[in-house]
Amino acid sequence: MSRGRMALGAALATLVGCATIPPPDYSGYRAHVPRSILVLPPQNETTDVTAPYDYLATVTRPLAEAGYYVFPVAVIDAFLKENGLPTAGEMHAVPLGRIREVIGADAVLYVTIEDWGQKYRVISSDTVVKARASLIDVGTGETLWTGIAFAQQSSAAGQSDPLAMLIAALITQVVSSATDPAHGLASTANGVMVFDRNRGFLLGPRHPGFAQDVRGR
Amino acid sequence: MVTDPEPLSVRRAAGLASLLAGVLTVGCGPGPLYYWGHYEPLVYEMYASPGKALPAEQIDELTEDIATAQAKGRPVPPGVHAHLGYMYLQQGNAAAAREQFEIEKGLFPESTVFMDRLLSRMAAQ
Repeated sequence: MSRGRMALGAALATLVGCATIPPPDYSGYRAHVPRSILVLPPQNETTDVTAPYDYLATVTRPLAEAGYYVFPVAVIDAFLKENGLPTAGEMHAVPLGRIREVIGADAVLYVTIEDWGQKYRVISSDTVVKARASLIDVGTGETLWTGIAFAQQSSAAGQSDPLAMLIAALITQVVSSATDPAHGLASTANGVMVFDRNRGFLLGPRHPGFAQDVRGR
Repeated sequence: MVTDPEPLSVRRAAGLASLLAGVLTVGCGPGPLYYWGHYEPLVYEMYASPGKALPAEQIDELTEDIATAQAKGRPVPPGVHAHLGYMYLQQGNAAAAREQFEIEKGLFPESTVFMDRLLSRMAAQ
């Protein structure tokens, strides 16, 4: 067997290995593709107080570009605070019926920040952003989609993922990343979360490819 | 010797960028749906540095973005007019706020319930 063939065999074995992870079930999501998504301010399991807003300030773009109406995140945050819900925990506890009545969203994206910011090691520092998210149908309470927004960048040269970097450059204007490295990374994480071919969101009704999206079929 | 107006590396980068854009939009559509301008950076800034991105500045930037989008013939993204309306509300300019909430509703009927909620709350005050 030639070396090339062995390499091909190894590559195929790797692909088969990946295929054992079951693809998410899109049947419920496909049956109730929402027109609009309400992104509530995320709950925060980290000590980084800026994390929820890094996340919130980078999630509208990929969701809207995927074809959904996304409620204005800062207006929603202010509106809920003015209506006696000062924390994300309280906002996440609002019953779906009330959300439908007051905001009229078809689906809610509930996000929890798990890991955020710079980790200093002996010779390098890594910046990590990680959040778990669930898209819930407001009408039925059904979970349409769950997933992780994740991105990591090492300070050591050449170790950052070039694909992720390019995606970040394409889908966002990276702002203040020098002073807040997690902010730029957050847009990468949200972009991948929404557009990942195997585990991302279905295209929404405002996207021209809505009818042809074959994910999960 | 004539210099190559477009060096290979540039063409390669452009090719890679368009390929990636294709991957990102799942092979459909001609690129971004919206002209984004400063909307998300402003949302970031109003939380990250509350002293900056005051309503007056945000109104200026978003108004400029909307004009730029119009000049380019591109739509503005969901939420921009609602956010602008909210900034007018912060300034006490109810008429301008109402106008922006109505525009958001017209462009994105998905926002109707929430925009009507904001409008009726203003009327009650």
